[in-house]
Amino acid sequence: MTTRIDRRMAKLKAEGRPALVTYFMGGDPDYETSLSIMKALPRAGADVIEMGMPFSDPMADGPAIQAAGLRALKGGQTLVKTLELASDFRAGDDETPIVLMGYYNPIYIYGVDRFLVDAKKSGIDGLIVVDLPPEMDEELCIPALKAGINFIRLATPTTDDKRLPKVLQNTSGFVYYVSMTGITGAALADTGKVASAVKRIKGHTELPVCVGFGVKTAEQARVIGANADGVVVGTAIVNAVANVLGPKGEKTADPAEAVATLVSGLAQGVRSARLAAAE
Amino acid sequence: MNKPATPNSFRTGPDEQGMFGIFGGRFVAETLMPLILDLEKNWNEVRDDPDFRAELTDLSTHYAGRPSKLYFAEGLTKHLRDVSSAKGLGGGAKVYFKREDLNHTGSHKINNCLGQILLAKRMGKKRIIAETGAGQHGVASATVAARFGFPCVVYMGATDVARQSPNVFRMKLLGAEVRPVTSGHGTLKDAMNEALRDWVTNVEDTYYLIGTAAGPHPYPELVRDFQSVIGTEARAQILEQEGRLPDTIIAAVGGGSNAIGMFHPFLDDRQVRIIGIEAGGRGLDGIEHCASMNAGSPGVLHGNRTYLLQNADGQIMDGHSISAGLDYPGVGPEHSWLRDSGRVEYVPVLDDEALEAFKLTTRVEGIIPALESAHAIAHAVKIVPAMDKDQIVIVNLSGRGDKDVHTVASMLGMEI
Repeated sequence: MTTRIDRRMAKLKAEGRPALVTYFMGGDPDYETSLSIMKALPRAGADVIEMGMPFSDPMADGPAIQAAGLRALKGGQTLVKTLELASDFRAGDDETPIVLMGYYNPIYIYGVDRFLVDAKKSGIDGLIVVDLPPEMDEELCIPALKAGINFIRLATPTTDDKRLPKVLQNTSGFVYYVSMTGITGAALADTGKVASAVKRIKGHTELPVCVGFGVKTAEQARVIGANADGVVVGTAIVNAVANVLGPKGEKTADPAEAVATLVSGLAQGVRSARLAAAE
Repeated sequence: MNKPATPNSFRTGPDEQGMFGIFGGRFVAETLMPLILDLEKNWNEVRDDPDFRAELTDLSTHYAGRPSKLYFAEGLTKHLRDVSSAKGLGGGAKVYFKREDLNHTGSHKINNCLGQILLAKRMGKKRIIAETGAGQHGVASATVAARFGFPCVVYMGATDVARQSPNVFRMKLLGAEVRPVTSGHGTLKDAMNEALRDWVTNVEDTYYLIGTAAGPHPYPELVRDFQSVIGTEARAQILEQEGRLPDTIIAAVGGGSNAIGMFHPFLDDRQVRIIGIEAGGRGLDGIEHCASMNAGSPGVLHGNRTYLLQNADGQIMDGHSISAGLDYPGVGPEHSWLRDSGRVEYVPVLDDEALEAFKLTTRVEGIIPALESAHAIAHAVKIVPAMDKDQIVIVNLSGRGDKDVHTVASMLGMEI
């Protein structure tokens, strides 16, 4: 089985540069706006799209993504609509991989089997479910793999060499290395430590390793991208949306344009990553 | 949902994966997995260690004041017999209170905190974090942190900070830092989210002292074991005082730590009827209640699968209860399993009914109960008059109500 993620990662490897993985919150601040943000991402240079599924109690997220999820829920977003967003996007783009990221409960309530059928139909390529560690693989990971959807696992600084094989066992698509212990959007960890962690993980797997949590600028994307197969940016993008929303949620500028500007810069960062490393 | 087959014993859970039937489990971020595995390993090492047990027993006796008394509530019994006679029933069971309100810090919470602080010490942790609703667990955590010299941060919903100000002050006096949490409704659920965010950030040195029998495995089991002293004592005490087991035991259920502690030692005494009381708030028709097992459905939150108040999209609802300690949209996973297996009945009690029981107990017993415990008493008030005089009911009086006087005063339209 190959997915859009596998194909995209292989292509970028051949080009010799890391992937820019961009996270945005589905439905933030409303359905139409977030669809326009989603469409803007690949045009601005994003290689993989991570779409947040809003949840009322995002335990691993910092204030920015918490607020984005609440804006989306207030705007009427549901898991049904998040899948619709993917379908609508797919109508105009059949290449860019889409990964859904969020928490298990909305999927559990939707029904795992029904969700996997509908997600596949909507053009979803992978899942990142924060609160499903390998100990709970029977819940969603194994069924997802059977349905032909990648299950992308988070590896963290607390995942030691003894535990790493367990974490990697049923992982596919790529490995998402969380650069630090903490919630999304905190300060970036020591880049030297991140580089050696990526190297450690690559010693255990052939899968691409993407690094996230704390990457906000083109320069950080360049530095992280020198050693990783991909760089994930989330909070900075969510903030770009928040920054053009007024106190009552009214738009003071075009959120899609604000996101595109940021992502273009980040795309420059990852595209210069290997050149920099080679110097 | 299929009703599980009746097991030979109701006291063997959880299994190795931390499951009570379909409930429980370890639904946490990878960052936390190594920590909860480490906790489980350490817990398994000490749970039957005589030295650990001896230290805990010594502290429970001399510091916390255990065993707590099993008190024959003669005033309430007489009152309910009068009610029974007035209805022409001529009955009214004997009511006993398990006096957890007499413990150091004023509630059952100290039982769990003493156990966990000894565990934290053994694990070489340097910092304690806790979540709290009513503030009882926050106070108990701050207390053991002070006693054992740990810095302590307590996360507390901003709404609860406002309605439980005496406990906030106590925590501060004890040297804890109280961090108000403004997300959601600013109640226990939100405090727990924030405590988990702290833990995921400070993995190296921090011990998360969870206050209720919920969260990822091994917490539900560990908290239950530390709280089971309540039921173990009550069972021995009633055998000594009455020469037989009670007919009915009743406890209030928020997350459910006092209830599971009371219930667990009685689970295999099939003749004992066991009733857990959920916060019915302003009624189960709307959303202003916390009766997750009567009006919710199974879902995944805070590391475990359990009954939750949620909408059709799987978003967690903010409940309501007059009692901050019951104001939580979930419940410990073992309660969910006991509900589905039919061993324990879970019934709601409304805010107003709890308030009446609070006033009644204060007047006829000279005991001011916590509003949480008042929910359990309220159910006894309902069922006792229809029981026979030779029957026995034990209500777990999980805490004292001093902390609630401001809430009660405002409910009664009084200023203090």
